[in-house]
Amino acid sequence: MSFLPDGHLSSVAIAMLGGAVRVSTPFLFVSLGECLTEKSGRINLGLEGTLIFGAMSGYAVAFMTGSAWAGVGAAALAGAAFGLVHGLLCSLPRVNDIAIGIALMLFGMGLAFYFGKGFIQPVAPTLPSINLGWWSDSPQLRSALRINALFLLGIVLALGMAWMVRATRIGLIIRTVGDSSDAARALGFRLVLVRVASTSAGGALSGIAGAYLSLYYPGSWNEGISSGQGLMAVALVIFARWNPVGCVWAALLFGAAGALGPALQSVGITQGYYLFFAAPYLLTLGVLIATSSPNRSMSGAPGELSITR
Amino acid sequence: MRPSSRLLTPTRRLFLQSTAAVTGLAALGSLPAGKAHAANVTVGFIYVGPKDDFGYNQAHAEGAAAVRSIPGVTIIEEENVAETVDVQNTMESMIQFDGASLIFPTSFGYFDPHILTVAQRHPDVRFQHCGGLWSADRHPENVGSYFGYIGMGQYLNGIAAGHATRSKRIGFVAAKPIPQVLLNINSFLLGARSVDPEIICQVIFTGEWSMSVREAEATNALADQGCDVITCHVDGPKVVMETAAARDCFVCGYHADQSALAPEKYLTGAEWNWAQVYTSMVTAHLAGEAIPNFVRGGLADDFIKMSPFGPAVTESAQGQIADTKAKILAGGYAVIQGPLNDNKGNQIAAAGQNFEETDVALESMDYLVEGVIGSIS
Repeated sequence: MSFLPDGHLSSVAIAMLGGAVRVSTPFLFVSLGECLTEKSGRINLGLEGTLIFGAMSGYAVAFMTGSAWAGVGAAALAGAAFGLVHGLLCSLPRVNDIAIGIALMLFGMGLAFYFGKGFIQPVAPTLPSINLGWWSDSPQLRSALRINALFLLGIVLALGMAWMVRATRIGLIIRTVGDSSDAARALGFRLVLVRVASTSAGGALSGIAGAYLSLYYPGSWNEGISSGQGLMAVALVIFARWNPVGCVWAALLFGAAGALGPALQSVGITQGYYLFFAAPYLLTLGVLIATSSPNRSMSGAPGELSITR
Repeated sequence: MRPSSRLLTPTRRLFLQSTAAVTGLAALGSLPAGKAHAANVTVGFIYVGPKDDFGYNQAHAEGAAAVRSIPGVTIIEEENVAETVDVQNTMESMIQFDGASLIFPTSFGYFDPHILTVAQRHPDVRFQHCGGLWSADRHPENVGSYFGYIGMGQYLNGIAAGHATRSKRIGFVAAKPIPQVLLNINSFLLGARSVDPEIICQVIFTGEWSMSVREAEATNALADQGCDVITCHVDGPKVVMETAAARDCFVCGYHADQSALAPEKYLTGAEWNWAQVYTSMVTAHLAGEAIPNFVRGGLADDFIKMSPFGPAVTESAQGQIADTKAKILAGGYAVIQGPLNDNKGNQIAAAGQNFEETDVALESMDYLVEGVIGSIS
């Protein structure tokens, strides 16, 4: 980055660190949700709709009850309900999970916009943040290290999910169901139950991702609140190779990429900002191209996934 | 996503047009001549976003609400209409199904090619576009443009900012580098520089009229660079105002009054006053009079107004703003005064050359003045 003037490199680095922490949390939750769903052998493309509905319901409940955490709970419940609908519909014979996902995405968005009309104006309480930058006297760094509890919760959740998938009986059941229905049936696992529960839990996580958007950063409900986090989650999960810990790194990377455009403009690199703003999307495209191959299936992919079969 | 609006295929549209024409003729026959406009009129308003966004669309919707109370006027509204063929379908549907004879498509990007296309098909319907692109030699007679000199409001915002800033750095979150936005940025800085010529203004373009996460990131980036007064030109300023206030920056409002979002940090704001503008246009249309094709107005014409001062605005700041406002109200005030260079060093006004408020040249502005850190491409 030799084209940066002196002193600006650290400034951009701090901004990207701050951006990574602030912007990554919704990516993290929604990709963990997608990861769990895909581990069980289903793909849910409707998480964008779930996320937006979660953002709306979280904001609405936080405003009505005066408690931001009640909003997060409501968003998780709403997300779980969307996941449940997806899971149940896809359990019917000859139903395509991709088509159902897209239908539910449009349904979730429409429903959120309809019920959300009255909540654009009111100001709901926001989630508190933990100040981890108290030791620094740079206001820039202090702001970058103001971390929301949900971010830490997300990291703990990712580690917990990785452990669950690797080392517990539940994890083994989910993996077996996701890798081979025949083997799962032979072992007497209840296929439909496992998949519906996984999809529903994944939906709840996406709902929380939406609540983070509307209750913390940017902390406002409007119809343009999501910039496609729910859709990009699918690419993130592939990027992370269906590994929950990988989702953390992928989310941080995408968050930092999103902060690149404003950070560069603020230090005077103003030419070509459209290109910098496209960074997260270019990254998505690059990931999908790099991981696609006509000859082999993707390593780490659950065998029952309809995209890899 | 909107299959119903896509059903208007050319053949079906022709069919609808011919039936509408027949019904129209029948209706004309039954009415005494010359009374056509005295009857009820239907006026359509089209917004690019939600009409309660604390910003651009809310300002227009408040104007539309004022029109609703005029006797004999029915208003129809549609929000969240994209600047694509969607808006053509919305206009067609307002004309053919609701019988609208006056339409206000309020977003900048609706004009070319969408309004121009539909206007050619319906020469008897009046289209009033907000944003200022109409010119007599190139565009149809039944299209008009209106806009306000809100740059003057941003100039007054800049004076408030110039008094409030301690770091001598102020920030601007801008959507797209179109002339109106550039004029606002330049006016904001020049207002601040009328207080202290050392002040610089950092601008960050988000590239979208409405994109919450990026607006919040841009606001944080400005605060990180030490900007301590922030304003914006995006459709819904709510996110910018709240994020900036949370970073302990002062804010200047835009489009509508956002003081409720940051009561301690809000200095003042440049607001639209469309109620007055729409009422006069619709009243003229109702009376069968022609609306001028090119309508402009500023503070003096009640097209724009300023938010009440917040608690942080000092006496001396209020005094300077009042003085400047009086000069603007007297007419002929120029924000862009020579000698002045752009931020690449090219001269944009020679010594003694002034671009007054009403100068049409300002509507094709393509530069940022000296002191603004930012680039339009």
